[in-house]
Amino acid sequence: MNYPEIKHLAVLRYIKAGDWLTLLSGGVCVVLLTLTLWSGELAEKAVIRSGGKIFRIVALSGDQQIEVPGPLGISLISVVNRKVRIASDPGPRQYCVRQGWLQQAGEIALCLPNQVSVELIGSHKRYDSLNY
Amino acid sequence: MQESDRKGLPRTTEGLRPKLLPEGKQNPESRFPNPESRILLHTTAEDHHVARMAAVALGLTLLEGAIPSPLPGVKPGLANIVTLIVLARYGWRTAVWVSLLRVFAGSLLFGNFLTPGFFLGLSGALFSLLVLALAQHLPKRWFGPVSHSIYAAFAHIAGQMAVVYLWLIPHAGIAYLIPIFATAALVFGTVNGLIAARFMDNANNGISSRGGAENAEKIK
Repeated sequence: MNYPEIKHLAVLRYIKAGDWLTLLSGGVCVVLLTLTLWSGELAEKAVIRSGGKIFRIVALSGDQQIEVPGPLGISLISVVNRKVRIASDPGPRQYCVRQGWLQQAGEIALCLPNQVSVELIGSHKRYDSLNY
Repeated sequence: MQESDRKGLPRTTEGLRPKLLPEGKQNPESRFPNPESRILLHTTAEDHHVARMAAVALGLTLLEGAIPSPLPGVKPGLANIVTLIVLARYGWRTAVWVSLLRVFAGSLLFGNFLTPGFFLGLSGALFSLLVLALAQHLPKRWFGPVSHSIYAAFAHIAGQMAVVYLWLIPHAGIAYLIPIFATAALVFGTVNGLIAARFMDNANNGISSRGGAENAEKIK
């Protein structure tokens, strides 16, 4: 090798002018893809279902507590600061309670034993595996 | 490798039927006592070269299988280095042979022939080859293997995502994975292109003696 002093940069000479252009446009593509696909849409409303039917659709603008009746008892859903969680549920395993706060559109918490669910939706509804 | 391979004598390998030699032409130097009792494939030097390159690509695939990956599907794609080199030296048709042989033989080797993983690899390879068919016509003065590699890498993930979405997981949620795959494609595409460019540079300067330039002359 004729260029020992810059050996660690020697591979750069294999990148021609057009290659730099390709690299640059590839980088721009990746950044744009990331920005468009990872900009988690903020939720606008929460859809609360009980027994498969829509119980209520609440806006996230105001903080409130909602009691949702199910076959086992009452599930308590709380809306605080544009976030939603299931505060308490009579189900045995408490999966939906332990799921914690939901914030982004598309997130969903299901309390299957009590047949209660809360789903966050944005301005437009995306398809997901539940309604595909 | 056996001695007969080097001389380009026919072998009993079943499989691909070469179209390059006329049918029924027996080789008098055959090492088999009764050639008629065997199924002989007349292979040319180019066939042997394709097989050798595909074998190298398979070796790289195998090597790559040992590298742990943080996410299934994010792989360096080292075998594509071979495809790039073959494309630059012997043209697109040979690159197609090497790439597809690698996909099919690799799936047999790993035991995932006709499984979803095989179709993912196949679609990625086909998309890459299609894009390479166009990319090879870019002016050589400004565009080298690095560009080819990046385009092929992006085509690879595009092909795979298409199959995943249309067939395996028809769910918009896979869009969340696209930035990860695209980043990996850009990084690994660049690295593979650099390795290919560097290898060809070395081979042209005679540092890598075996294979390389002398074979290139022979094929041409």
